[in-house]
Amino acid sequence: MRVNVPISVGGWARLFSRWDMLAVLLIIGLLVFLGEASRHLFEPLAELQKQPPSLDPRHLPEYAARTTLRMLVAMVFSLLFTFTYATFAAKNKHAERILVPLLDILQSVPILGFISVTVVFFMELAPGRVLGAEYAAIFAIFTSQAWNMAFSFYQSLRTVPAELEEASRNFRLSPWMSFWKLDVPFAMPQLIWNMMMSMSGSWFFVVASEAISVGNTTVTLPGVGSYISLAIEHRDLKAVSWAIATMLVVILIYDQVLFRPLVAWADRFRFEQEPGIIAPKSWVFDVLRRSRVIERLTEPFARVWRLTMRPRRDKLLAAEPAVRRRNLWIGYLFGLLAIVVAAVLLWRVVDFFADSITLGDVGTALLLGLATLIRVVVLIAIASVIWVPIGVLVGTRPRVANMVQPVAQFLAAFPANLLFPIFVSVIVVWQLDPNIWLSPLMILGTQWYILFNVIAGASAIPAELRACGANFRVRGWLWWRRIALPAVFPYYVTGAITASGGSWNASIVAEVASWGNRHLQAAGLGAYIAHETEAGDFHRIVLGIIIMSLYVVVVNRVFWRPLYFYAERKFRLG
Amino acid sequence: MAATPALLDIHDLRQSFPRADGGEHLVLEGVELALQQGQIVGLLGRTGSGKSTLLRLIAGLARPSGGTVTYLGQPVLAPAPGIAMVFQGFALFPWLTVLENVQLGLEALGLPEAEIRKRALAAIDLIGLDGYESAFPRELSGGMRQRVGFARALVVHPNILLMDEPFSALDVLTAETLRTDFLELWGEGKLPIKGVILVTHNIEEAVLMCDRILLFSTNPGRIISEIAVDLKQPRNRLDPQFRDLVEKIYVAMTARKSSPVAVGTGGEKTATIDTVLPRVSANLLSGLIETLATAPFNGKADLPVLADELHLELDELFPVSESLQLLHFAEIEGGDIKLTDAGKQFAESGMDDRKKLFQRQLLAYVPLAAHVRRVLQERANHVAPKSRFLDELEDHMSTEDAEGTLRAVTAWGRFAEVYAYDDDSGAFSLENPS
Repeated sequence: MRVNVPISVGGWARLFSRWDMLAVLLIIGLLVFLGEASRHLFEPLAELQKQPPSLDPRHLPEYAARTTLRMLVAMVFSLLFTFTYATFAAKNKHAERILVPLLDILQSVPILGFISVTVVFFMELAPGRVLGAEYAAIFAIFTSQAWNMAFSFYQSLRTVPAELEEASRNFRLSPWMSFWKLDVPFAMPQLIWNMMMSMSGSWFFVVASEAISVGNTTVTLPGVGSYISLAIEHRDLKAVSWAIATMLVVILIYDQVLFRPLVAWADRFRFEQEPGIIAPKSWVFDVLRRSRVIERLTEPFARVWRLTMRPRRDKLLAAEPAVRRRNLWIGYLFGLLAIVVAAVLLWRVVDFFADSITLGDVGTALLLGLATLIRVVVLIAIASVIWVPIGVLVGTRPRVANMVQPVAQFLAAFPANLLFPIFVSVIVVWQLDPNIWLSPLMILGTQWYILFNVIAGASAIPAELRACGANFRVRGWLWWRRIALPAVFPYYVTGAITASGGSWNASIVAEVASWGNRHLQAAGLGAYIAHETEAGDFHRIVLGIIIMSLYVVVVNRVFWRPLYFYAERKFRLG
Repeated sequence: MAATPALLDIHDLRQSFPRADGGEHLVLEGVELALQQGQIVGLLGRTGSGKSTLLRLIAGLARPSGGTVTYLGQPVLAPAPGIAMVFQGFALFPWLTVLENVQLGLEALGLPEAEIRKRALAAIDLIGLDGYESAFPRELSGGMRQRVGFARALVVHPNILLMDEPFSALDVLTAETLRTDFLELWGEGKLPIKGVILVTHNIEEAVLMCDRILLFSTNPGRIISEIAVDLKQPRNRLDPQFRDLVEKIYVAMTARKSSPVAVGTGGEKTATIDTVLPRVSANLLSGLIETLATAPFNGKADLPVLADELHLELDELFPVSESLQLLHFAEIEGGDIKLTDAGKQFAESGMDDRKKLFQRQLLAYVPLAAHVRRVLQERANHVAPKSRFLDELEDHMSTEDAEGTLRAVTAWGRFAEVYAYDDDSGAFSLENPS
């Protein structure tokens, strides 16, 4: 399946547009607002009365259920967000200009940063402390799921075939009806793929969001995540193993009960039928589909659903305006509004930082960011050297690919925290430099995206092209240079973009590792944010987040986006 | 005839789009059309004649820049009930079964479920799709898919059926079966429709199906001629009267720009720097020259006969023959194409001489090619970016046309070895890679 690029690649003429600038300001403004709010709420907050989670594995089923529930609730919100935000962005030209850059920047904000600045805010929002913590955790999971789903949906909406859209207008489908009959089905396969990626990705942050302390506010929610952090605190290897086993089971159940049926169901929405693709199968889906009971049970809902599709009588559907004459007034008004908003935000932001952050702080953060940047670059390079050849070899063998794919998916969901014991012990015993040897943790979860995509690319090499290569006896290094590498290059770029974004995100966890009372720290922006979060210094948390987002966005715009266009133009097959 | 009000009335219709340089790109101009009950009207023209645009204006899918479309006395400003469309690419929803696809329009009307089902099944039966109700479009052949397209349009009982080249995506045999079936149902009065507008670029199809044919010019689209077809259905393609009409249309469509009939079809005799060039490969040009030079044509051919011989449709034959005319390898007049001396010489030459000959004609008769070469020669390093020429062209034509024209001139220039183009750097140069 063709995978979406996880960054905005719409207009590439300019590196940064005015709207990007506004988007940056809006998000910095949001962070500042949250940070400000948290700072003021901070004092009166008493420590959460802890009901310490137990390391008894008998609690694990309950913990797993709670964690799963949180992820599902977050997924529902992510879907709601996707359907509204992305639809608005795709259908409204004015909104699109700001919503797309906004999403692009939002994606680059480290998710754990969101947790740091929102947790206190959310806890104050809810009357019972625990409920507030639940809000915060769910919000954190939401931020790890929603952005790429919304992006995929937006990109799908933009590519709905014109003839189908005309047909739905010609037969006078209401907007609501054509959304559910045309837009959503068309976007469904990509969206489900992204939901799976989001679910995998959010495991990583569940661990972080269930047990977090900001300053002296400590939140511990019963769940697999807090179980893991407790196990690490207590240096309990057995508990860590239990946690790993639990996760394995939960991920398997997810796969069988939720995603496989969804993928099998979504197969009918595949627009282009590439030959040679075996329809995905799922026993759960087959059971559900064949069951009469299920049909009876769902029929009333289906009926109500169909009722919502009823047209409202004599409501005229507007034709597209003849010449897309830009309504100048709306444009001007929009621009003016943007300037006012930007000015207010700028003032708030400057005000927030004015008396507490010095230029030196900014310099420090920038320098630490550079350290993290170097780590990301080196790690992506190493991961590429390892996984591209393997991906090509696997992808050109369909049977192997079918076996490797689910394994890689599980590994992508594997939270790096679980490997702390190994890394910390090894580093301590051999007295290694944490600056170098903690780094692999960053890419542990994200390197798989490179593998996924390269496998997808290699299996998409047309049989004719491979036969031609064989016919001319192209082999060895020549084969790699002329056939394999160019063919997978566009896919590799997509995977590497995801991996690079993910590694930045992971740095907050990966640059500081602990095992019991052993704390290791590497110099980097991730460690900086983690450290300031512990200290509860909201000014510096926000500063760290902003600098990190800045790095991610600049790297995307200056490096990945041009590379993506180059790859698409030159190496895209068919 | 005049007593019954027309189903559809179009008056002085105009459609244009804004261009990059602030001007406007005219697509349709001064279109007058009336559709009477019981008529099939054909809109015949080439790509770029705005006939599909016209169909979308009638369907209410777009709004005109000027003029009016009146349906049953009401101006069409939005998709109107009673006007249904059959699409070139079928436009079926791949995730809906045949039945669900057919039901779609009725669901949008908000009819009771029982009636939706009854009418959908009736339409499926009528159009010959019995037994396919639960199939998905991907399981069907092209012909069956288009039948679903017809059933979906007919089931809403439209007054006017709009057909946008409905047979052009099908193979010859399937298309013919579908046409015959449609005409039969139409002739027997079994179709719940009152009038049909058919967009096509297939001349024989137009003569076979329509009561009236409107010929469109290109850039901008105007009606250049209206031809009434009085032959009785079913029509026979081999009937001399049928052949005469086909010939007559070819003559009208190849009329020279200077002729009093009307403006030509875009195939101007000589190009200027702002002529939109068709994207025709040098191979295709050589192929046509060779075909023309050999028996049975021996240098001169009747276009309909040539089209028949080569299985080419209007849209395919015209760009090639007009490119030949542009390069002065051939002349087109009165529906005939005739090789010039240069053309004959080209046919007899080997590859190297052909390239030289092509180079001569290209530089002499395609001012844009000569212009590109001159610019390259004037520059010290003999290199110029593509954007330089693109910007220049966009002052005279739409962005799309400018891209196409530059590609055409790039391809011809490469063949003639007049200049080279490197896609990586997007630059024209005088050097050939060594």
